[in-house]
Amino acid sequence: MRSFSPGWTLIRIYTFLVYVFMFVPIVVVIVLAFNPKQFGIFPMEGVSLRWFIRLAQNESIIEAFKNSLVLGSLTAVISTGIGILAALAFIRFEFPGKNTLNTLLLSPIMIPEVVLGVALLLFLRFLQQPKSFVLLLIGHVVLTLPYVLLIVQARLVGINKEYEEAAKSLGANAFQTFREVTFPLLLPAILAGALFSFTISFDDITATLFWATAQNQTVPVKIFSMLRNSVSPEINALGAVMIVLTVATPLLAGYLSRRFSKVTA
Amino acid sequence: MQEKAWRPWVLLSPALSAVFMLLVIPVCFVVVYSFWLRAPSGADIPAFQFGNYAKFFEDFFYSKILIRTIRISFETVFLCVVLGYIPAYFFYRSKSRYKKAFLLLIMLPFWVSFIIRTMSWINIMGDTGLINHFLMQIGLIQSPISMLYNEFTVLMGLIMYLLPFMILNIYVSLEGIDKSLLEAARSMGCTEWQAFREVTLPLSLPGVSAGCLLVFVLTAGTYLPPMILGGPGNDMIGNLIFKRIIGTLDWPFGSAISVILLFLLFVIVWVYNRYLGINQIFKSFQGN
Repeated sequence: MRSFSPGWTLIRIYTFLVYVFMFVPIVVVIVLAFNPKQFGIFPMEGVSLRWFIRLAQNESIIEAFKNSLVLGSLTAVISTGIGILAALAFIRFEFPGKNTLNTLLLSPIMIPEVVLGVALLLFLRFLQQPKSFVLLLIGHVVLTLPYVLLIVQARLVGINKEYEEAAKSLGANAFQTFREVTFPLLLPAILAGALFSFTISFDDITATLFWATAQNQTVPVKIFSMLRNSVSPEINALGAVMIVLTVATPLLAGYLSRRFSKVTA
Repeated sequence: MQEKAWRPWVLLSPALSAVFMLLVIPVCFVVVYSFWLRAPSGADIPAFQFGNYAKFFEDFFYSKILIRTIRISFETVFLCVVLGYIPAYFFYRSKSRYKKAFLLLIMLPFWVSFIIRTMSWINIMGDTGLINHFLMQIGLIQSPISMLYNEFTVLMGLIMYLLPFMILNIYVSLEGIDKSLLEAARSMGCTEWQAFREVTLPLSLPGVSAGCLLVFVLTAGTYLPPMILGGPGNDMIGNLIFKRIIGTLDWPFGSAISVILLFLLFVIVWVYNRYLGINQIFKSFQGN
């Protein structure tokens, strides 16, 4: 009955329009990446791959891509590693000041990235160190750590403690218990956390713009510096590559994990 | 049991030292630096004075940016509620098989880089962009209308960035509503609209207010949409910080502005807790 009421129809139309609003700009970036002409945006004059070829031949863009990939991967590994340990401490142990420390570790979410950017840069200046790749790495670890912590903690709460106790009563030490029992059960959350921190690092611009240098550019920073001149079709092509990479990765991971879990079940 | 006491601290030490070294201490440095002086030569002189803060509040140029930041944040919050509530309600009530796909789709912009989402509006609203091209094609206008680089486009960029946060917050609180309450209201003779107004809407307000807080905090701390989609008169406080730190290398003043931004957000969160507590929201609607 409800599905045919005029009110519900209006709600559907409204929702559809909001979707149009959200997705048209993204779709247009991808479409325009194939626009062969150099100046102006519309109308499109056919379909061409010339801007993708230009991208592939541009040394500084390839360099930025390499930087972003290495940075994202290292951030994911370090952040997830640190996050798992902290999550284990919070969920599996009782100790004084637990809630306060948990809030402290989640606080980077609540502090604006601008302030984080300034703070780390100022600290580096005080230590009289130049901006470097390490600055980007530690900055991104701080940015992503709270998300990993949230994801891993949520999963860890759901894992029955008795499995671990059973392993211990059978003579396994703490590390063996973690390796044989906790880690496999935690794996989906670990992968999700790693993927999430990779994507945040790969996409981040607000704080990264404070930390990057001409020698240490990431792809978003490269896009930003290209935007200063004008919106060229090359930027749309680069944007399209980024969109496909960062949207396809989580979708693929989700698909694979579903398949994987079906196989093992 | 004895040996266990130190274990959580070992596990926590990497995370704690990372956050202490890379967040707590650096933020303390920002506070300390905000009292320093800047020599005409550009060198920073350790001091304890409030000149940087006085400069911010005495010069109308700066206080105007602070007021604009607050105004734009409220505008963004308002637009996100208006644009976001109905889609969230649609997801909640929809019985479509594709409901999961719709939800996944609204999450997708989270995965697209902020800079791409921001600059994508230039393709839409630029002089040779989609809207101008369309209007010229249908003959409504002869020459392109200049639409970019004003507060409206800044708001478009902000909404594009923040709307998914709002929709998800509202949706989560709607999903948490006990559906038997709705059935009870309907069985007692409420119309669909009355049931929505008396039951669903008040119960979803915690999600709306949580979304509002999140959107406000994220808007007030951003600088990218004004930088890319705004004109010279649309700078927000984040732009000011960026220009002082990266542009003119005025560390003490940039630090003071950062502290002011942090303080603003702290006040907002405090006020939210104090006056918009969840119970308060319920009470305000019980009278109607």
